[in-house]
Amino acid sequence: MSTRTLAVLSAGLSTPSSTRLLADRLTTATVAALRARGEDATVEVVELRAHARDLADHLLTGFANTALQAAVDTVVGADGLIAVTPVFSASYSGLFKTFFDVLDKDALTGTPVLLGATAGTARHSLVIEHAMRPLFAHLRAVAVPTGVFAASEDWAGAGGVDQQLAGRIERAAGELADLVTGRPARGGRAGRRPADPFADVPSFEDLLKGR
Amino acid sequence: MQFGVFTVGDVTPDPTNGRTPTEAERIQAMVAIALKAEEVGLDVFATGEHHNPPFVPSSPTTMLGYLAARTQRLLLSTSTTLITTNDPVKIAEDYAMLQHLAGGRVDLMMGRGNTGPVYPWFGQDIRNGIPLAVENYALLRRLWTEDVVDWSGQYRTPLQGFTSTPRPLDGVAPFVWHGSIRSPQIAEQAAYYGDGFFHNHIFWPKEHTERMVEFYRRRYEHHGHGTADQAIVGLGGQVFMRANSQDAVREFRPYFDNAPVYGHGPSLEEFTRETPLTVGSPQQVVERTLGFRDYVGDYQRQLFLVDHAGLPLKTVLEQLDILGEEVVPVLRREFAALKPAHVPEAPTHADRVVARGAAADATVHATDDVTGRTAEEVSAR
Repeated sequence: MSTRTLAVLSAGLSTPSSTRLLADRLTTATVAALRARGEDATVEVVELRAHARDLADHLLTGFANTALQAAVDTVVGADGLIAVTPVFSASYSGLFKTFFDVLDKDALTGTPVLLGATAGTARHSLVIEHAMRPLFAHLRAVAVPTGVFAASEDWAGAGGVDQQLAGRIERAAGELADLVTGRPARGGRAGRRPADPFADVPSFEDLLKGR
Repeated sequence: MQFGVFTVGDVTPDPTNGRTPTEAERIQAMVAIALKAEEVGLDVFATGEHHNPPFVPSSPTTMLGYLAARTQRLLLSTSTTLITTNDPVKIAEDYAMLQHLAGGRVDLMMGRGNTGPVYPWFGQDIRNGIPLAVENYALLRRLWTEDVVDWSGQYRTPLQGFTSTPRPLDGVAPFVWHGSIRSPQIAEQAAYYGDGFFHNHIFWPKEHTERMVEFYRRRYEHHGHGTADQAIVGLGGQVFMRANSQDAVREFRPYFDNAPVYGHGPSLEEFTRETPLTVGSPQQVVERTLGFRDYVGDYQRQLFLVDHAGLPLKTVLEQLDILGEEVVPVLRREFAALKPAHVPEAPTHADRVVARGAAADATVHATDDVTGRTAEEVSAR
């Protein structure tokens, strides 16, 4: 039984937050689905609220401070990512987007991702397809077919969650577990860094060629 | 080891009173800073080169030529000379002329410039930054070392039988540094030629500096110029000092909070932790600066940024007094005590003349269009 790392990114702002609540449900279901497939999982949660200023600083200074770098390493090094955002103005929140804005452009290539979103009304339920999927397609991450959207009314069922929402969580978690187990383990935070810019610098003879 | 200051030449409002200096005041302030640098015993003054507001130093050799006449000992340099958008022919001419006027007290630092809009103003494209730096510098070297150059390349009109005048002083070109924050190709370029490598070492975490210098040293050895620890390394640094470190923090904070580049972002405390910025007592600056050696090895040049973000001239001159009296003398002593004998100093003009064998007049005399003979040949008959 090998161990997989699962990064959970939550862009919820309040405490408690329904975004974090959904992220936790998705995480629990994914860990169970991995276990059912014979894999252990280590879970690392990144609450973007704690990095709101770090992200703004990065936009201005051009570099991640120590705290933000640790969060970035967690997400980039994970075998699978669960990314959940509240809906703001018909899309993911600015905070959620900013995190992906400061990532290296290849940082999430090939990473299996489960997308989740929360809102106060079901009228936003296509936000995953219309806003989140294009973002993750751009990042060349592999988003599982089932995105999980939860509006306020979805938290009202027996046991605190609507049966249909529970079903979507199960299905999405199974899809993420299938993708994760189908790939070699990355080894977590230290296992995967952005492409090393020093790895294959052309020799100056090559840079000079023809000059 | 050489110590000095480098300036961006920004015209920035003083956030404590809202007053913005005029260009005239800023230019005179840069001159005053350079003169003060010599007076307090620093070795190097380096000016940036910019072609857009809010910066004044668009014409570095004009300023450095003036400073050459006003100083005796100070080494005049750049931070940086735009190797991408300047014509290498003009760089060759301007800096050879400056060498003559300054009696050899000149070196320069090549940089690409990271302001996209500047490139098209000079007929270039920022996306060609690296190939421009490679081609233009290769031509610049030939113009300084070969009397008559036939050349063709991608970015400039070809040259046929071209002689760049004046020839370099004593037949020895100025020493060249290459500056880059995170482009390993530029560290490779410096290593290939055995030139110096300078990392600006401000505004960014030290890890960038560390990796670039390590790569440059390794490649310097690979290209056969000496061992990795003999490569010629320069660093920047940003400091603000008062006798009492609390006073330094209190006085510098409004300038920090409103500074170009990093202002309105991280706190002063966070930025001093994450980058080489040091705000505190002279002793703190000494300790932090000595610590640079722990991650770049023994190095040859340390330049400080002290006149940035709208600091008034009076304050900057006080900073130079502190550097000259309390910081640099200690750093000179401590760094010298740590440096092994086989690690060289940064080469001066005099060193380069010795390395060449002797000073040589490099004048190229014109040939007669019809006879092909020079005036000297005719008069010798």
